[in-house]
Amino acid sequence: MFDTVIQQAFNALQLGSYYSLIALGYCLVYGVLLLINFAHGDIFMVGAYIAFFAATYIMGQHALIPPNSPIMVKLVFAGFFALIITAAVSFAIKKKPVAAGQKNYSYPAILGGIFITITAAIYYWGQGMKLESGADKILVFAVTMPLTMILTSVVGVFIERVAYKPLRLKGANRLYVVITALMMGIILEYGNLSLLGTSRLSFPTLLPRIVFDVAGAKVSITKLSAIAASFLMFALLQWIVTRTKLGMAMRAVSYDKFAVPLMGIPLDAVIVFTFFLGSSMAGLAGMLYAMNFPVLDPFMGALVGWKAFVAAVVGGIGDIRGAFVGGFLLAFLEVIVAAVFSSELRDLISFTILLGILTWKPTGLFGKPKTTKI
Amino acid sequence: MKKLLVALLVAAFAFPAAAFGADTIKIGFNIPLTGDIPKVGEMSKGAAEMLKEKVNGAGGLDVGGKKYMLDFVYVDNEAKAESAVNAALKLIEGEKVLAMVGPQGSGRAIPAAEVANNNKTVMISGWSTNPKTTMDRPYVFRACFLDDFQGPVAAKFATEQLKAKKAAVLFDVASDYPKGLSEFFKKDFEKLNGPGSVVAYETFTTKDVDFSAQLTKIIKANPDVLFTPQYYNEVPLIVKQARELGYKGPILGSDSWGSAELMALCGDDCKGQYFVTHYAAAGAKGATKEFIDAFNAKFKQIPDDVGALTWDATGMVLASIQKMGAISGDLAKDREALRNAMATMRDYAGITGKMSFDGKTGDPIKCAVIVKISDKGEFTFHESVCP
Repeated sequence: MFDTVIQQAFNALQLGSYYSLIALGYCLVYGVLLLINFAHGDIFMVGAYIAFFAATYIMGQHALIPPNSPIMVKLVFAGFFALIITAAVSFAIKKKPVAAGQKNYSYPAILGGIFITITAAIYYWGQGMKLESGADKILVFAVTMPLTMILTSVVGVFIERVAYKPLRLKGANRLYVVITALMMGIILEYGNLSLLGTSRLSFPTLLPRIVFDVAGAKVSITKLSAIAASFLMFALLQWIVTRTKLGMAMRAVSYDKFAVPLMGIPLDAVIVFTFFLGSSMAGLAGMLYAMNFPVLDPFMGALVGWKAFVAAVVGGIGDIRGAFVGGFLLAFLEVIVAAVFSSELRDLISFTILLGILTWKPTGLFGKPKTTKI
Repeated sequence: MKKLLVALLVAAFAFPAAAFGADTIKIGFNIPLTGDIPKVGEMSKGAAEMLKEKVNGAGGLDVGGKKYMLDFVYVDNEAKAESAVNAALKLIEGEKVLAMVGPQGSGRAIPAAEVANNNKTVMISGWSTNPKTTMDRPYVFRACFLDDFQGPVAAKFATEQLKAKKAAVLFDVASDYPKGLSEFFKKDFEKLNGPGSVVAYETFTTKDVDFSAQLTKIIKANPDVLFTPQYYNEVPLIVKQARELGYKGPILGSDSWGSAELMALCGDDCKGQYFVTHYAAAGAKGATKEFIDAFNAKFKQIPDDVGALTWDATGMVLASIQKMGAISGDLAKDREALRNAMATMRDYAGITGKMSFDGKTGDPIKCAVIVKISDKGEFTFHESVCP
């Protein structure tokens, strides 16, 4: 009996870690912009796909570069990839001032260096990974994770630039921004469907199947990594928001978006940073989710995204602790109902309880009415 | 100007119907090209295209001394019940097809069959095994065995070959096919091993990916075999999670496992498992092998049971059209004549076995095959069970 309870607790912790990671993203964007970013669930999906492509690319086993292709093909492909990164880097640093009349040789040198390094590194990865040993897999995991987070946040920031910023500059009503977010989500889903086709992708096994025995309960290392990642990200986020200058700027934007530029705080930079943080966590959640549930499909983000959104609202949207606790609360309710009653009743009962919580505390567990929301 | 435009539009819409309606036979396909099980639609369409090319390449279908070209219309049902109903209406009323092939899974086939039957149009499903699909529906047929046969076959196999005394079942309660089959399996397993021998009977709902709560309960009940009649996109998740939670016993599947995409998604975890199905591609002989080779040459993959059953289902429709004599051109009359020809079909030699309809129901009597997934990931023939 006791081992079953522990086992179910681990099951709930694992499920809750995805909800929490996604809910944190909802909460950040809402806190800063008062915008419910409904595309966030689909950014989670994009994260899972990016993780898939990153991992298979690193292991040199994806169709983009067939696993047994000649070295030249791999090199050319790696070169292209490096070229894109180099272009992005040069775009980012081009604004640096150069003294008048002085020829600047450093950029070509830097860019050439980056180009060669990345080409060599990616070529090495593609060749070296045979995935025979556990150590190789862990190495791939360690590289895929930051890569996924960075690339997913690029997607998140891109969406903000393309879809939300023009509306914000025009001073559009928040309702229109929310509808734009819904549309962005649908564009991501169906864009994926048309780009990658209808077949499912199978996420590669990145971590060796090590299963720990905790008081009779079985916990795999992928489960543990998901749980650990959510706690670490929560701690990191809490630290960023409460202890750093950027966090202070975020709270300031949340407090008064119109006064903040007057104080010399770059509003745009803060917003971009917010989207960067939120999307990177969605990307991390997507990757960990795909490792545990290794069948990817374009609509995987929709249901999980809604549930995470509900979790963020129940926790008190805009409050980081609230989003975190809300995610785990929802997961525990779901698992308890599925274990004690049956799965048909799971969403019915768990969401009824959440409804009860909101009736009792309409601002959510941690939410305070009309104060700083973050 | 406006009048001219309207006239042009009317002409544009009216002309093709008049021009092409004459010497073609139109058959509709209600299949999942997107949604949860797109491989099913892809395989069905591939097999149908192959058949169409074969017939049209030979100058068309000879009906009563006159050659007719085949025109196949594919409508996507997104693997959803409501879309399957819309697709059926579109095919029957909009496209004015003579007959409809599909939907393939029972969840979609049962509601679409109601539409086909009410509109007095012949429908034949290749892959729907739930008894409700054809029950009291004289216009509905199928090309496969039924779950009240498949369930006992699975229960008997688990008891005799896997030496199971206790079984667990995990299935999607919101879908007709796994729900119906699980009920048949439970009934028959308990008949063989005594009441209460199905020690865990756990459910989930469509789109779920986390089964750990249910699997924890199943493992706690300590079954000798886990029976899970789910589609190939859910099987990898169930098998992987069961293994990670510490389940070591065999996992038994049903004909919904038999997709060409199962091994690509499931990998090593599914090797060594068994499932009940309609045919085994590895080691096939005769016409079946010819079909597999031709399909493999055209699409660079081994056809799964859905492809083979679509080939047979469409073949039966074409054979019945030839049997009904001349085509009158009156759609209602032709559909009725086709139904009568289908119902009297005897000993049609399909690539998945011989099929006959008894005139009362649209269910053929066929053998089931038990397939073992080999260490190379191939679906190999293990044994054949006939009614």
